[in-house]
Amino acid sequence: MSELASQKIPVTVLTGYLGAGKTTLLNRILSENHGKKYAVIVNEFGEIGIDNDLIIGADEEVFEMNNGCVCCTVRGDLVRILDGLMKRKGKFDAIIVETTGLADPAPVAQTFFVDEDVQKNARLDAVVTVADAKWLSDRLKDAPEAKNQIAFADVIVLNKTDLVSKAELAEVEARIRAINPYARLHRTERCQVALSDVLDRGAFDLDRILDLEPDFLEAGDHHDHDHHHDHDHGHSHGGLKHYHDEDMQSLSLRSDRPLDVNKFMPWLQNLLATDGQKILRSKGILAFSDDDDRYVFQGVHMMLEGDHQRPWKADEPRHSRLVFIGRELPEQAIRDGFAGCITT
Amino acid sequence: MTKEFDPGDPPASLASVTGQVRSLALGMPVTAVHFLGEIAVFVGAEEKVAMVSAGGEIAEVTVHSGGILCAGSDGARIVMGGDDGKVVALNAKSEVALLATDAKRRWIDNVALHPDGAVAWSAGKTATVRSGKGEEKSFPAPSTVGGLAFAPKGLRLAIAHYNGVTLWFPNMAANPEFLEWAGSHLGVIFSPDNKFLVTTMHEPALHGWRLADNKHMRMTGYPGRVRSMSWSAGGKALATSGADAVILWPFASKDGPMGKQPAMLAPVQARVAAVACHPKQDILAAGYGDGVILIVRIEDGAEILVRKNGASAVAALAWNAKGTRLAFSTEDGEAGLLEV
Repeated sequence: MSELASQKIPVTVLTGYLGAGKTTLLNRILSENHGKKYAVIVNEFGEIGIDNDLIIGADEEVFEMNNGCVCCTVRGDLVRILDGLMKRKGKFDAIIVETTGLADPAPVAQTFFVDEDVQKNARLDAVVTVADAKWLSDRLKDAPEAKNQIAFADVIVLNKTDLVSKAELAEVEARIRAINPYARLHRTERCQVALSDVLDRGAFDLDRILDLEPDFLEAGDHHDHDHHHDHDHGHSHGGLKHYHDEDMQSLSLRSDRPLDVNKFMPWLQNLLATDGQKILRSKGILAFSDDDDRYVFQGVHMMLEGDHQRPWKADEPRHSRLVFIGRELPEQAIRDGFAGCITT
Repeated sequence: MTKEFDPGDPPASLASVTGQVRSLALGMPVTAVHFLGEIAVFVGAEEKVAMVSAGGEIAEVTVHSGGILCAGSDGARIVMGGDDGKVVALNAKSEVALLATDAKRRWIDNVALHPDGAVAWSAGKTATVRSGKGEEKSFPAPSTVGGLAFAPKGLRLAIAHYNGVTLWFPNMAANPEFLEWAGSHLGVIFSPDNKFLVTTMHEPALHGWRLADNKHMRMTGYPGRVRSMSWSAGGKALATSGADAVILWPFASKDGPMGKQPAMLAPVQARVAAVACHPKQDILAAGYGDGVILIVRIEDGAEILVRKNGASAVAALAWNAKGTRLAFSTEDGEAGLLEV
């Protein structure tokens, strides 16, 4: 991480549908003995019962940027609150923004992309979504907000797992994975999750984009696989049931041959300019021809940032990998466009 | 946005008064400075102000129990709002008066002072005016208040918010007037002749209205957000921060800056962070992101160096009412006074 980035105050966005357990997680973060002080920004009409010195009520006011881009919405109240909080630098180590259950995380994230002052002082660390194991499957059907929150997440805390059977748990996990296979998923009861799993994730830090493998393909102690050898249910992935969400999907692209930077960049920019409203998140690790550096990028809707990350290691295959999560993605057009950027 | 090179010392031909600056060790981050008579009052980021007498003695006064979010002055007192939900006033005798406490302890985001003693402040979407007699009236803005300003004549308050400015007459039954312009409006200022209203926007631009006919004035082209505005003596021009030079919009004619180009003064290799026009003469002080402070003659752009570049950006600049002294501070509290 660059020196400058490390001095910026990390901001964790805590989201989740009504009643999933956001406040429980927030109180755990605040009460645990970690020696850190948090400034907490909560919605004015949110749940009460948070014990913290620095707690600020927000209005969740969203406004459209005057740049002709309809999805470039930012949280004006957040700009104001972060500006005010910076007067108390040194009084806290990190900031947590709790959104309402009905909030779209995009304007919060976009605030960190477009506001000069916010960028100078703070960095978005991760979007953490708390999901209710018992009710999420239903909400994914009837509440677009719940789907947005899952699609947008870097970390998903699948809570209240004690209230469902193993089969129900596998079901809800599969539904989450149909939307967002890349988020880190933690199964919890009463939000009992290691705080290191939700805080200081660096999910928006270009330097920390390491790989873009789906979370469930990774071996990791954060995830106790409940293998599900039920091959009657269509196809399966890594032992998990596989769903296709008809509305929100992820799309992964890869190439073992290097990309032509002069074709790829205009294609990506054009894609986000035309379909950015549908594309919630995008990320990529890219190998360009005649370039010995890994190039990484990430985007939120139409907003994009990218940079050379580091030289490719000698033993590292120079593969390019891109991931899009979005609504009604024009899959074939994206695949064709990407194919046109690969050097022959 | 950080500078990657050292501009070095300015050319030898540049007149310098750096040796005449009295340095002040305030030991606290500063966000604003105002003169109360001959006392320079440096408003800290948190809790305290530092009152510096003409002789250079520094006295700290506690005004809030948390962050100080906003401050304004009419020359007789400074009114401040804090994240403790309080509106306080400080006079030259170091007396602190509590004017109001928000019932829900919401942050006080903006304050404004009227020449007749009225004070306005805002917390979230609510703007409140307290008359000189202590009578309070509130107005619910359609969205969070970005800035407040009293008109120079009559009791009329401009409330900047999303998508425009509301002009509210607290003592009249008439409906407030709404000046619409898409976007988030933050700071707001009336021209001294009451003919124009100008806002700073979230994007790097100003927006203005000619109040006679609500004709729009778009003032764009800034590389960064405009944070500081100051009317030149007599209100002939509006000096602004936000670019690598002081941008000066002409307001002398009845059309204001409509169809005109602004003047650009004192360009350096850093962003202008603060501007303060002299109260009587056509000169201004400009503070930059690299800590440089210049005094600039508006007519020909002649510059005098007040402070060389330093560790942090200039946060505040103010002239006393007579225009004989300039007070300044950087963000990290390196402050000074200059006798002109």
